[in-house]
Amino acid sequence: MYLGIVKGTVVAERKAAGLEGKKLLLVQPVDEHGAPVGDVQAAVDTVQAGDGDLVYLVGSREAALACDPWFVPVDAAIVGIVDGIGLPAKAGP
Amino acid sequence: MVAPMWAAAKHPAFAGRPLFVVQPLDEHGGDAGPSFVAVDHVQAGIGDRVVVLTEGNGVRQILKAGDLVPIRSIIVGIVDSVDHGGPA
Repeated sequence: MYLGIVKGTVVAERKAAGLEGKKLLLVQPVDEHGAPVGDVQAAVDTVQAGDGDLVYLVGSREAALACDPWFVPVDAAIVGIVDGIGLPAKAGP
Repeated sequence: MVAPMWAAAKHPAFAGRPLFVVQPLDEHGGDAGPSFVAVDHVQAGIGDRVVVLTEGNGVRQILKAGDLVPIRSIIVGIVDSVDHGGPA
């Protein structure tokens, strides 16, 4: 799983069977400090995330398993909204 | 190396499962690639060096929570020490 920040919404009226009613969001993957990692991607939302939210996602086959029905063409799903991260103090020089 | 993470709103499969941000390390403790999120299965603590499984089928075998668990990474061990070998 990985972290991301919601950057917008994707509206697609015509979608593959099983994706009806699923919300698609634009997500910028980030590291634990909020710095971007890689390219923006579209992900299915399962937790009512909104613009600017720090979220965590699951990718690959497990992304489809987060959906109901689960046999759907999805490879990234938002599965939680992050409230906080307890970063350890920097060790050494 | 792990840092705890809190999330109130989450997919039901994550209910009651502690979450950590994990920074992969090489054998000398240097950063090795981007951090990611993992579920904890061994009561890891902040800053612990851990062993992480990052494959969905293995996660489902460990959690025994059915075939539809949308979890890909799980902490399965806490590292006590690493032996770099050398002369016996």
